Amino acid sequence: MRQQVLVLYLSTSTLDSHVVGWSQYDGTGRTHPTTGDSDEPPYPTGLAALLDGWRLFQASQLLPPQAGHEYDVSFLKHEFFFEKLEDD
Amino acid sequence: MSTSKQLLTSVQVARFVAQGFLRLDGVVPQEINERAIATLTEGLPDVAYGTPLGGAFAPDTFVHELLALPVVAGAVESLVGPDPTVDHHAVHVRWPHEGEAQPLHGDAIIDVRPDAFDIQLMYYPHEVTADMGGTLSVPGSHLRRINETDVGRVQNLRGQTRLTCPAGTVVLVHHGIWHSGRRNDTANRRYMYKLRLNPTVPQVRLWDLSDLHDPAVTAELNTYLPWYEQATGRLEIYNRVLLWRALTGDDSFDVEYWVTRVSNRPTLGSHA
Repeated sequence: MRQQVLVLYLSTSTLDSHVVGWSQYDGTGRTHPTTGDSDEPPYPTGLAALLDGWRLFQASQLLPPQAGHEYDVSFLKHEFFFEKLEDD
Repeated sequence: MSTSKQLLTSVQVARFVAQGFLRLDGVVPQEINERAIATLTEGLPDVAYGTPLGGAFAPDTFVHELLALPVVAGAVESLVGPDPTVDHHAVHVRWPHEGEAQPLHGDAIIDVRPDAFDIQLMYYPHEVTADMGGTLSVPGSHLRRINETDVGRVQNLRGQTRLTCPAGTVVLVHHGIWHSGRRNDTANRRYMYKLRLNPTVPQVRLWDLSDLHDPAVTAELNTYLPWYEQATGRLEIYNRVLLWRALTGDDSFDVEYWVTRVSNRPTLGSHA
């Protein structure tokens, strides 16, 4: 079994909110996704990925801001990892 | 062509504060472009960190001529003021069929100065087509606090810019902008000359202020970008307001009351 990984960055913490960023890593070696290779996301929402057979295996935690850093902006907050498993 | 510096307008600087870049398409004459390509092919001599820009490049070099162009000189002065120093410069090459892109990153190390910023001048002396690995950049990413390639896991963001441009294009970016050299799928080298400049004066009201109170300034600072999360997008506006206040010296400026509201502390004020 080989793993394909899809990372979706969503607009809010809800899985059915719209995709604002995305990454893909292909453990089958058939494709070679990389930085800046597409302007349109593979799915409009996280839920749409589920409907297409991707399995969610990690979601970013909801963490309160650190005291004194409530207005700081940094990494995208709503990161969801999906996988598909492919037979060898 | 005018020989005096063409300072930026307030609306242009507000757009830079909001989006972290200023793009000047095809502003460099072809004669300079051709000399630049020849020079970049051979390599550039180092310039010591902190060298005053005025004496860093001999008058017969393409860099001197590039920076003397009124549109470039005016933009540079509007953002970092007169007499900046050279941080460093470099030739960036995306090699033919290189096979991979750089991870998304911010240059140098995390740099969160609230009242100063460096600019990086990116100069493309030849046309950059879609498959040549033109720089990927993310408008509005410059205020996000990340360190170098820590954000590299992210491959694509809505509204990102995959640069294509005519020869002689200059892009000035805030030091914090997220960017990446994209994969070059052609048989030709893709060159870019990069020059980082440090300010030596307070970056306050350095541009053409005649439109300072134009409503378009506020509109620029209130622009939401397609990759922003719904809630964090509001914090982007908040942070832009703080930077605009620093650049204008106007501590009362606001957009949608974001900063004013959360700064209202009557109890503390009564003891001031």
